[in-house]
Amino acid sequence: MSLLLAGWLPPQSRPTRGAGRLIQRNLLVYKRIWLVIIAGFCEPVFYLLGVGVGLGEFVGEVTTEGGVSLSYAAFVAPGLLAASAMNGAIIESTFPIFFKLHYNRTYDAVLSTPMRVADIAVGEILWSQLRAAIYACGFLVLMYIVGLTDTLWAVVAILGALLVGFTFSAAGFAAVTFMRTWHDFDMIQLVILPLFLFSGTFYPLSVYPSFLQPIMQISPLYHGTELLRAFTLGSFDWTLLAHAGVLVAVGLVGLAITSRRLGRTLLK
Amino acid sequence: MVESLVVGRGLSKKFGDFTAVDNIDFDIHPGEAFGFLGPNGAGKSSTMRMIGAVSPPTSGRLSVLGMDPSTEGIKIRGRLGVVPQEDNLDRELSVYENLLTHGRYFHMKRAEIDVRIVDLLEFVQLTERLDDRVDLLSGGMKRRLIIARGLINQPELVILDEPTTGLDPQARHVVWDRLYQLKRDGVTLIITTHYMDEAEQLCDRLVVMDRGRIVAEGSPRELIERYSTRDVLEMRFAADQHRHAMPIIEEVAERTEDLPDRLMIYTHNADEVSAELARRGVHPVSTLIRRSTLEDVFLRLTGRQLIE
Repeated sequence: MSLLLAGWLPPQSRPTRGAGRLIQRNLLVYKRIWLVIIAGFCEPVFYLLGVGVGLGEFVGEVTTEGGVSLSYAAFVAPGLLAASAMNGAIIESTFPIFFKLHYNRTYDAVLSTPMRVADIAVGEILWSQLRAAIYACGFLVLMYIVGLTDTLWAVVAILGALLVGFTFSAAGFAAVTFMRTWHDFDMIQLVILPLFLFSGTFYPLSVYPSFLQPIMQISPLYHGTELLRAFTLGSFDWTLLAHAGVLVAVGLVGLAITSRRLGRTLLK
Repeated sequence: MVESLVVGRGLSKKFGDFTAVDNIDFDIHPGEAFGFLGPNGAGKSSTMRMIGAVSPPTSGRLSVLGMDPSTEGIKIRGRLGVVPQEDNLDRELSVYENLLTHGRYFHMKRAEIDVRIVDLLEFVQLTERLDDRVDLLSGGMKRRLIIARGLINQPELVILDEPTTGLDPQARHVVWDRLYQLKRDGVTLIITTHYMDEAEQLCDRLVVMDRGRIVAEGSPRELIERYSTRDVLEMRFAADQHRHAMPIIEEVAERTEDLPDRLMIYTHNADEVSAELARRGVHPVSTLIRRSTLEDVFLRLTGRQLIE
């Protein structure tokens, strides 16, 4: 996805095979600490079992904005799928990148070679997209096992999860370029938690008064949730293009901010 | 006339209102070890970053390996070796993996890198540490690993920013020894340092920088001849003797410097001056006679005050 999008960037900031070199570096690191990956995956799983299945028994059937009736667990699951892609992307694109940028000074060493700033930006975003995809795949397997989706749509949903991963990877990296101390990371939690709670994950946006709904729609996770819910339910219509468009747009803005600000930080 | 490998003309670097490098000129020839000497904050590292094509000059002309860093930075970086001042080894990776990933950043083939790693680890005497995490290495070992990393692409020009700062004497000598060897192999070295003995040991030619400007240029020997005397006498006096001795000393010395704990006497012949002073009744508590070093030049040019 990012590779495709990167084709629209100006030539000097277009990535080369350099992005792949950075991914190889990250693979070497994670070969050793792969257990860490599992940790971030658990949260949405707990929510699915706790809220989706547990609370679902109590709630019974719900009706989506499109008028489809379904069990509460089936309603919540795609929302949590989107949230798990977001989690994977944010975990990977914030803390480790800040560490590499300011403490390990990894990128200074990288730039003493023919690698370029765009290679770093695109490589890291692709990599955290990959983590998002791993989370999404794991979650989809779980959904399949407990009977909340069928195989064909699940495959399409992976593409949707990759898009959500791109959006939040780029946004996360862009946010990191503004951060100066570890304390700034509290701000990420301050943004991520409301996104998680108010993006139509646990109930449709229609429960809010109509004047609040446009505000809720600012959330990129809302668009991700709608997209994945449509995919896992197999109900397609033209509004999906708008949802996907918002995700692409936010991701591209994030990538542009990242390349620009990272260049200013590293090549001063 | 040899073709210069690196040329700077009227080169300046500003960060906002602060001028880090102020209109400097220099020529670095193939095969030489060229030093940038100066106190902290003199502009050495900023100059290194410009040569390393990771910091665009504010004004002036810079040519590295015949190319312009602002347009051909990627090509230049492909042929340079960089040994930065701070330790930026990849702490999440092992010794081997550090060298491997760095080689990959140069788009070298894995097999080619593996051969190179064997040679390099032997060169910096870290062969047994191949699979260690870099956190487990001592300061001197890390420095040697950074040097090995900077050589992975077989560069013809290596930039070393304070290569031995923070190392113990043994570790410094090992690093110097490796740098000599590189020089013998025909690699051009650019070294920044604030250690005078390092500059005297390693550099064929050097410039002294102070507050962003180049204040002197030449070989270590030339600089000592030009800015200092052959010999230095360091004399210590009992408190009441000092004032009595001063006028006599000033008559016989080329130059003197009155420090809180001792008097520095610069002269071309220490034995003669010493005898003459004794004859005229000057009796210090102690006298140390030594040759002038680059440190005398350095302190004369950049002053004894702390620059902060």
